[in-house]
Amino acid sequence: MDPRIHDHAIIGNTRSAALVARDGTLDWLCWPRFDSPPVFAGVVNGGGEWRLAPSGPAQVTRRYVDHSNVLETTFVSASGCAVLLDLMTVAGEDTKRRELVPDDELVRHVRCEAGEVELDVVVAPRPDFGRARVRCRQHPHLGIRWEAGRELFALRSDVPLALGDGEARARFRLRAGESATFSFTRDDGPALLAPLGEAARLRIARTVAWWQAWADRATYTGPYREQVIRSALTVKLMAFAPSGAIVAAPTTSLPEKPGGELNWDYRYCWLRDAAFTTRALLRLGYEDEAIAFTSWLLHATRLTHPEIRILYDVYGRMPAREHEIASAAGYRGARPVRIGNAAAAQLQLDCYGEVIDAVAHLAHVVGGLSHETQRLLRDLGDYVCGHWRLPDQGIWEPRGAPEHRTHSRLLCWVALDRLHELGRSGLVAGLDLDRLAQEASWIRGDIEDHGYDAARGCYTGSFGNPDLDASVLLLPWYGFHPASTPRMRSTFERIRERLAAGPGLFYRYDDSLRSGEGAFWICSFWAVELLARGGGTPDEARALMDAARGYANDVGLMAEEIDPATGDALGNFPQAYTHVGLINAALSLEEAR
Amino acid sequence: MSWSSWLVWGFAATVILTSLLAGSQGLGMTRMNLPYMLGTMFTPDRDRAKALGVLLHVVNGWLFSLVYVAAFIQWGGPTWWKGAAVGLVHAVFVLTAALPVLPGFHPRMASESRGPTVVRQLEPPGFLGLHYGIQTPISIVIAHVAFGAVLGGFYR
Repeated sequence: MDPRIHDHAIIGNTRSAALVARDGTLDWLCWPRFDSPPVFAGVVNGGGEWRLAPSGPAQVTRRYVDHSNVLETTFVSASGCAVLLDLMTVAGEDTKRRELVPDDELVRHVRCEAGEVELDVVVAPRPDFGRARVRCRQHPHLGIRWEAGRELFALRSDVPLALGDGEARARFRLRAGESATFSFTRDDGPALLAPLGEAARLRIARTVAWWQAWADRATYTGPYREQVIRSALTVKLMAFAPSGAIVAAPTTSLPEKPGGELNWDYRYCWLRDAAFTTRALLRLGYEDEAIAFTSWLLHATRLTHPEIRILYDVYGRMPAREHEIASAAGYRGARPVRIGNAAAAQLQLDCYGEVIDAVAHLAHVVGGLSHETQRLLRDLGDYVCGHWRLPDQGIWEPRGAPEHRTHSRLLCWVALDRLHELGRSGLVAGLDLDRLAQEASWIRGDIEDHGYDAARGCYTGSFGNPDLDASVLLLPWYGFHPASTPRMRSTFERIRERLAAGPGLFYRYDDSLRSGEGAFWICSFWAVELLARGGGTPDEARALMDAARGYANDVGLMAEEIDPATGDALGNFPQAYTHVGLINAALSLEEAR
Repeated sequence: MSWSSWLVWGFAATVILTSLLAGSQGLGMTRMNLPYMLGTMFTPDRDRAKALGVLLHVVNGWLFSLVYVAAFIQWGGPTWWKGAAVGLVHAVFVLTAALPVLPGFHPRMASESRGPTVVRQLEPPGFLGLHYGIQTPISIVIAHVAFGAVLGGFYR
């Protein structure tokens, strides 16, 4: 049986990421970018995994080392205790100037803390779902080498490894105080073969210190600080350092419905999610990430200006055409496994509001915007003025006919409202403020006239469609209505009656009930914010927050959805959007104190 | 000897050699990156090493083209096929003699017999440069034959 999605933890180096299961199996790694073909794809039964664990039964506990993305797994067996550290090494710019540092290195370091532990290790890379032709050989001093096309994957270890059938294996025994290190690197030029021993321990310590230093920059001191910092670290891990893009999740095709076909590739940058993330990081004090994202945004949208696409790859290009990997059996049989994402071609008008709102937040923090950014914002505003009346696919990206969606209209209103504010404060020059105000007022009227069901006393997901949609919980968040208004209170009541999926859980819309998908995690955090902002009492908000965060796994990670029946995570994992939801909810609770 | 012709065609041949080697890396024929290997002799900073290495490689190519010109003078004048022949000899020398002993000169290259250390981490090329991919010898031969053919064909 495949490990639960919930049983995974993430490690990464802000360019790519890997998943490690509780049993010590590393079963997902894409190198050198988040959206590169995987080297290990065991989590979707696409071939390739790296097992490292005691050979017999053991009790397992896990944590991240301090405020870092270095994973520590403790195995306690009948004969002893072993602690495994998993990480992808990172180094600061100063270090990179002083010494040769591999761009892509994954280190697994196991140390026996007590007694004696026998461990098994099996390293079986299967580049590109096993489709790449691999040449494998062992060199007595340079390690085991898998050559696949232009890439070399090299494994070095201080444990003797046997090579057979493209897999490196060993069974070895550690006594108290002894340790073993495995260094796995990727290069497409002459490889950097990182040394083991003390040098490896130094790289581990340096990686912990790098993450810790980043976490220490957070200015947040409010409630749920530990969860907020863990979420920020998880989101930072998914920010592609060379460009500033932030991917939605590091995985593809972990199913939203057990055994179902709702399997999507999330290893791209959704402008909506990234803008939402940027704003949260900015509120935590991370200006550099917000500036990097804005620079990336300018670059990514240059070719489609003033239209923006829904999603881009980490370099601002269109993602790969969506296709299926026939050889991958899928997570617990959930097929197909998809690469690429067809949602890229959809019209989702809410993206404009998210992007403009994120840049507006940045402008207020840093006190100005470049001429190029101002021009982009003006053009985006013109586009919204000319297109907000169109039906679209909206935030949930259904693959059916476009509709007039309340949330999309809301974000169009946000776009024009924020631009108007930027114009009035002199941060963006050359805006037609009267036109922006007029169009924003028309959008507001449109939402109130067509998005509100007076008979039931609630905002609906689409105009003329009685289905409810949790995305309307965001109306107060964006300043459209105070949360305490009768309309918002009654809307929340209707959503709670119809979309509640269990303690602290909500489905995202009525379609979830029909399709059998799980509860949508971020909707719980939106509800927390609504309650904290006056839609309920602070106690109600905290109780809901406790319930929602309680579904996070043992190391504080969250997926896109939760199976209400089991409490297990569903969908791609971990998901930046959900973690950002937690951060925003905590910030709202802090503001409400 | 025509110095101006050497300057122009020595440079052109070097540019072609460098482009062919970079192209063969980009196309996945080899992982060998001569500018990077040259640059890391002088700095551990990978980005700086690549930039410095390109400069050194161009200067190297220019100087090597002097040897080609000397060979043409001794061999009764340049032709493209004489240049290609000298290039072939040059490539065989690089593959069989220069690359295998490179770890002895390169301060950051790991030794075949001892493996990497804290300072020496760069993968050695091995015999015929085969550690950098099985098609490495082919790309080196093609690049050097092209280098010689251009020089022999245009130098006057």
